[in-house]
Formats: sequence, C-alpha cells, structure tokens
Amino acid sequence: MSLRGRFAHAALLALIVILLAFPFGWMAITAFKRTSDLYNTENNPFLFNEPPTLDHVIYLFQETRYLRWVGNTLFVGVCVVTITLALGLPAAYALARLTGNWGRRLGIAIFLSYLVPPTLLFIPLSRVVSWLDLQDSLWSLVVVYPTFTLPFSIWLLTGFFKAIPKELEDAALVDGLTRFQAFVRVMIPMSISGIVSVVIFTFTLVTQEFIYALTFISSESQQMLSVGVPTFLVRGDVYFWGSLMAACLITSVPTALLYNQFLDRFIHGFTAGAVK
Amino acid sequence: MALNRSSTRDVSSALLGAGMFAPALVYMLLLVALPFALAFVYAFGDVKVGSTEYHFVGFENFASILESPSFRKALRNSFIFTIASQVLTLIGSVTLALLLDRQFRGRKWVRFLVLLPWVAPMSIGAIGWKWMLDSIYSVISWALIALHVFKPFDAPMWLGEPELAMLSVILVHSWRLLPFSTVIILAGLTAIPKDIPEAAAIDGASFWRVLFQITLPMLRPILNVAQLFGIIFTFTDMTVVYLLTQGGPFDSTQVLPSLAFSTGILGGDLAAGAAIALFIVPLLLIVAFAMLRAAHRAELT
Repeated sequence: MSLRGRFAHAALLALIVILLAFPFGWMAITAFKRTSDLYNTENNPFLFNEPPTLDHVIYLFQETRYLRWVGNTLFVGVCVVTITLALGLPAAYALARLTGNWGRRLGIAIFLSYLVPPTLLFIPLSRVVSWLDLQDSLWSLVVVYPTFTLPFSIWLLTGFFKAIPKELEDAALVDGLTRFQAFVRVMIPMSISGIVSVVIFTFTLVTQEFIYALTFISSESQQMLSVGVPTFLVRGDVYFWGSLMAACLITSVPTALLYNQFLDRFIHGFTAGAVK
Repeated sequence: MALNRSSTRDVSSALLGAGMFAPALVYMLLLVALPFALAFVYAFGDVKVGSTEYHFVGFENFASILESPSFRKALRNSFIFTIASQVLTLIGSVTLALLLDRQFRGRKWVRFLVLLPWVAPMSIGAIGWKWMLDSIYSVISWALIALHVFKPFDAPMWLGEPELAMLSVILVHSWRLLPFSTVIILAGLTAIPKDIPEAAAIDGASFWRVLFQITLPMLRPILNVAQLFGIIFTFTDMTVVYLLTQGGPFDSTQVLPSLAFSTGILGGDLAAGAAIALFIVPLLLIVAFAMLRAAHRAELT
C-alpha cells in the first residue's frame, strides 16, 4: 500500500475508534475527578484541573448497593448457566445425532424462538412470574432468562456435536457403552470448548439483559447490575455522576474482556449457514 | 438378523432423542410459546394489574390504541428509529470492516476498543451517553463551544428538543449496534477469496468499482444476516429510549416497546400494553421468513 493510502487508512480507523470508544474513556475521566472539578463549568472537562481522586469509587463500594448487585448478577448467572447446560446439552445432541427430519424442523423452531423478543413476552411473563409468586425475587430471572440463552446455546452446541466424527462415537458403542453413556463420556468431553463458549455467552447475556430485570424486580437490594446502576445510583433528581461512571467502567471492562476472548465463536453462531 | 438389530437400534435411538430433547422443548413451550399465546389472549381482553378477572372484549383495545396519538407517534417513531439506525450502521460497519480486514500493528487492541459498545451492557453504555449529553455538563457541547460552533451558554439541549432527542437516540443505538454488524461483516470478508478483487484491481478497476461490483455483491448473504439481526435488535429494543429520554419530550422519541412498557407495566394496563407490543409481530414474521429463505439458499449453494 502506498504511504498516502496507509495514512488515510490509519486516520479513518483512528476516527472511528475514537467515536466508538470515547464514552468509555469519558467514564474513566469522570470516575476519578473531584466533584468540585466535575461541576465547575469554567474548567476544561478533558483535564484534571484538580488532582484525581478515588472518592467516587470508595463511595460506590461503601455507600451504595453496588457489590450486592455484582453478587446478584453472579448468582443469577451461575443458575442460568446450569439450567442452560442441563437442558441444552442433551437437546443439542439429540438434534445433531438422534433425530431425523422432524428433528431438523424442531431445530428451526428453536432458532425461530430466538427471534421472539422480550418486548413481546414481558407483559404475559409478568403474570406468569406472579402466578409463581416470584415477584421481586432473583428466582424470577433464573426462571425466565433461559428463554433467550437456551435457543442460542442449542444452536451453537449442535454445531459442535456435528463436527465430532461419528466414528469416535461408534467405537464407544462397539465397546459396549450405551448411546447415553457415549454422549456423557465421549461427546461432552470432546466439546468442552463449545461448553465454555456457552458459559461465557450465557453470563454476558445475563449481565446485559434489561427489560425483564426492570419489569420483575423492584426493590433496591434485589437488582441486577444492568438495572441497579442506571436507576438506583440516582437519588431523586440528583445524579452522582462520579460514582455512576465508576460503576459503568468497573462493570463494562471485565465483561468486555471476557466476551472479547470468545467473540469469534459467538459470531460463528450467528453466521452459521451464511458463511462457509 | 443384522437388519433387525439395526432397526431396533434406530427405534431406541429415536426414543432416546425424543427423551433428550423433551426437557428443553417443554421449557420453551411453557415460557416462550405459552406467554406468546397469552399476549394475544390479553390483547383481546381487559386484564389489569392486581385483578384476576378476564372478559373477552374483541378488538376494543386495538381500536382505542389506534385512536391514541401517543401510539401513532410511537408506531411512526419505531420505523424512523429502525430505518435510520440501520442505514447508519450499515454504512459505518461496512467501512469499519473494510478497514479492519488487513493486518496492521495493534489490530487486536483496535478490535477490542471497537467492540466495547457491543460487549458492555447496553444500559451502562446508554447511561454513559446520558452524561455526555447532559443539559449543563455535556462534554460534546463544551467541545462544540470551544470550536466556536455554538456560543457559550447557547448549546442545544440534546435530549430536550424533539428532533435532537430523536437524533441522539438513533446515534446512540447505532453506536451500540455498529460493532456487532462489523464483526459479522468481517467474518464474511475473510471468507471471500482474496484473488478475485485483487485480480480486478490489477486489471485496472477502481477501488469503488471493485467495492460495488465485486466485494459488496459477494458479501450480500452476510449483509442480509447482519441487517436482519439488526432490525430485530432495533425494532424491539427500548433500553436506549427508556434511559435517555423515557420517550419524551412529548412522545417525540416514544417507540412501540417503550410505550408498551409504560402502558402495560408502569400504567398497569396489561391488555393495552400487550396489544401495543403485538404490533411488532408482523415485522418479526417478515424478518423470520427472510431469514429462513436466506438459510435455505445458503444450504442449496
């Protein structure tokens, strides 16, 4: 590439990167700025006009329920992962190996159910949650979240199972194992990397979900991060922007790092069929 | 004998298959199919929060919704919101994918930074923007004043004026969707054999000609996938609207999902909320149909 071409490439790329990543940089600047600096409109907001401070971070951890929300999110995440794998692994195996034509149709049905959005379901599900007497309980989310983690996981795992050579399984059957034993002892260990991706995606989807958490949970102590941070760090009409942005930063960076590691597989799940 | 044995094995494996699939299927029927059906039942009834009565009322809910100005605005806004975000996302993500589709130093870091808006929770990103668009402390306004685009104290209220609020919501949503669309298109780009566009370039075809006559047509299946998912994510999302503007000012950013939420959950009128949400079903059906056709075509070729 010519020098000019390379410069244009770098410049355009830098512009887009700044547009996309700037809000996170801004969170970092805001989180460590003194309140008096933050709310002085005379100051250049890009600079630390007064020395940086950890006050907002300390406030977040000591005076708000932030850590409780982290715990709630992890708890729901672990439960939803367990349910997703318990239901998804056998279903994916059945789709990959055991069912014929009607299985293919079921597979399509499962995929289409992924297209039914929470927007359509949150009103009827709010009734279901109250029938189950789970209002304002994290268990309501544990029950409901697999509706969107399960279809994607089945879709992803089916691909993994299909990629394992049939001969390996046949050898296990010849050795006297039943089909189900072969599934547990051969297929599951062979698809560990698929299972790991499902765990990661389920976790990130749980962290990102908003509508159900907003609808089913009302008390401050039961919140998930995605709703607690934007709604409960606001007192009345006053925004605690410093600690709010600290919470945003501390929540998004680990999620992003984790997700980034497994992105390629995730994309493969979405594009399966359209890319060879 | 051998034949017989293999056929009993077929029967037993079919049974095992059904048994292994059943738990997931039952779960999906109870928590997706049943609520989906309930949405219709509610929309044709008079369900309210805190009451257990149900009377069939036919199309009454739909009739009163169609007369409400808020609903008409939300319906129109939903389309504006979706179409504008999709156009922006498409242009941005094709550009970015082309930029990323080559080796350069620091590519891994660039990819991580570019992906942040998608991988961070949506509500968190939205609240970050709310701070950047604040009526007094907006960094964007400060920068524009410093660049002499606006006079001091004369910067616009980004979320307080109808057109600007709509524009903000669209931009924030596109910001969030762009990385997702980019990585999907990038996956498609890596799958294209590089020698075809290269040969065309050697034959003297200009950059734009290669782009519009070779690369983009070859990318079409993957662009369709990115667009279809993008349409669903946009048309059915209320996170950005709910956190930035709550549908305001004067319903100017109200979309169907946010109106369904404020009517059904905040207002307690489950029937009307369910009826509003049902208006997204026709679009979903069209998208689902298009996806199946795309998948079918990919299987044939």
